[in-house]
Amino acid sequence: MTRPPASASPTAEPRWLRWLLVGSALLFLGLNLALPLAAVFVEGLRKGLAAYVTAISEPDAISALRLTLTVAAIAVPLNIVIGLAASWAIAKFDFRFKSVLVTLIDLPFSVSPVVSGLIYVLLFGLQGWFGAALRDHDIQVIFAVPGLVLATIFITFPFVARELIPLMEEQGREEEEAALSLGASGLSTFWHVTLPNVRWGLLYGVLLCNARAMGEFGAVSVVSGHIRGRTNTLPLHIEILYNEYNFAAAFAVASLLAGLALVTLVLKSLLEWRFAGQLAGKVH
Amino acid sequence: MPKGVLQRRRSIIPGFGLTMGITIFALSVIVLIPLSAVFVTTAGMSFDEFVAAALSKRALSAYRLSFGAAAVAAAVNAVFGLLTAWVLVRYEFTGKRVVSALVDLPFALPTAVAGIALTALYAPNGWIGRWLAPLGVDIAFTPRGVVVALIFVGLPFVVRTVEPVLADLGADVEEAAATLGASRRQTFVRVILPAIAPALVTGCALAFARAVGEYGSVIFIAGNMPFRSEIAPLLIVVQLEQFNTAGATAIAATMLVISFALLFAINLLQVWQRRLRSA
Repeated sequence: MTRPPASASPTAEPRWLRWLLVGSALLFLGLNLALPLAAVFVEGLRKGLAAYVTAISEPDAISALRLTLTVAAIAVPLNIVIGLAASWAIAKFDFRFKSVLVTLIDLPFSVSPVVSGLIYVLLFGLQGWFGAALRDHDIQVIFAVPGLVLATIFITFPFVARELIPLMEEQGREEEEAALSLGASGLSTFWHVTLPNVRWGLLYGVLLCNARAMGEFGAVSVVSGHIRGRTNTLPLHIEILYNEYNFAAAFAVASLLAGLALVTLVLKSLLEWRFAGQLAGKVH
Repeated sequence: MPKGVLQRRRSIIPGFGLTMGITIFALSVIVLIPLSAVFVTTAGMSFDEFVAAALSKRALSAYRLSFGAAAVAAAVNAVFGLLTAWVLVRYEFTGKRVVSALVDLPFALPTAVAGIALTALYAPNGWIGRWLAPLGVDIAFTPRGVVVALIFVGLPFVVRTVEPVLADLGADVEEAAATLGASRRQTFVRVILPAIAPALVTGCALAFARAVGEYGSVIFIAGNMPFRSEIAPLLIVVQLEQFNTAGATAIAATMLVISFALLFAINLLQVWQRRLRSA
């Protein structure tokens, strides 16, 4: 970020106006962002530390945590593979309809989370296209873990790719072509040349992908069936506690996810400060 | 897709077939085929069936709320998003890095967590709500609550779209304006604002598109009264819970068509913005 010098000049605002603008921006952000974040922790501890610890260590919470980690552990690596493949194909080669492909990869971002869950119900639900076939083979997708994983992959599909595509396009093809003409295999070129070049961008994409995967609510809510202890992820567990008027427990569990969000923000900011030159444009 | 159709230039870089194959396969299986199910299922409905589900009075008032609240939230974010971007780009103050990181909170905080937190603030007995209730202002469990949640969700889209454009804006044009006798206000309105307008519009469109489909952060604070504070995505869930898959799908198809139209408009906006920036 570059900015003109702060000294009084005809192209700078008077001091009182600067203070007014900074003050109102901070007030707005404080009310709109900082206060909700603080509320999560304060409300979570409202009934005391013991109740907080009980809320996050009861069996339903633990199984929700385990399920959230499981779903993310499947969805995020798959998205890494897909994102690397897509960015390699798009950035290292020329072909027609490239921009169409990029738009299609971004498509899940413009679909409502609820619709993202609904589409898998239409395919794999009891009345769905493959419903009868799945029932005959005793495979359950909807109201079971596979449905949660599918919906999560859909929701997080663009994260890794949209970070890597512009980054790999910026870096061009010369380094890969040099390695290949010196006799390196395609795989070792990817491993020793491309991957080190994009590692921070990849980490950035994975960070955002993981935060969304662990926090997704709408899409998994539609496919989960809310079976306590079986198909409840952490966000769904929060909803159940909240709807049972068990507010302190709901906020206690929510504080775990708020903690994850804070860690994500800190790591993301660190990447932006330390490796700004090795990331693609920061805009979503 | 066969290699010949897609590849135009010979390259010594290998792996096109493999990576393109993985991409097309994943895109089809995860995204395109499931999304097409909405339209195929809708196409299987009779016209009257579709209209009864997608354009019922209840559905129409849900669209009105979803789009209306998203528009109000985008307008609020246009003002405060621009203010935030301006302050972050132009001024120095302590804690600026923390503030800048905090702007992305809505991207990182799960929507359900945001939803219950905002409700704790704006409920009639909440942190902020208890000061507003005596004044007769209810926010939670009314359409205003929906707007509050959508402002939260949309803010970073505006800030992060405007920020780089504002940072790129050369000091020379402002100096020229000042030299020619423009006041600071005239410079802002006639020089700076036109230059960042495309980015501002794009940011608001992104925030609007996200807000229209938003679910998790809204349902806790909205109150969810049919015809009053029920958003369109919630109506889809309600229909599903009543085993009315066809009704849910008809509403989903309507929303998808509108979302894709928005996406198309945003793409055009970004092309326009890029052209202005490079000019």
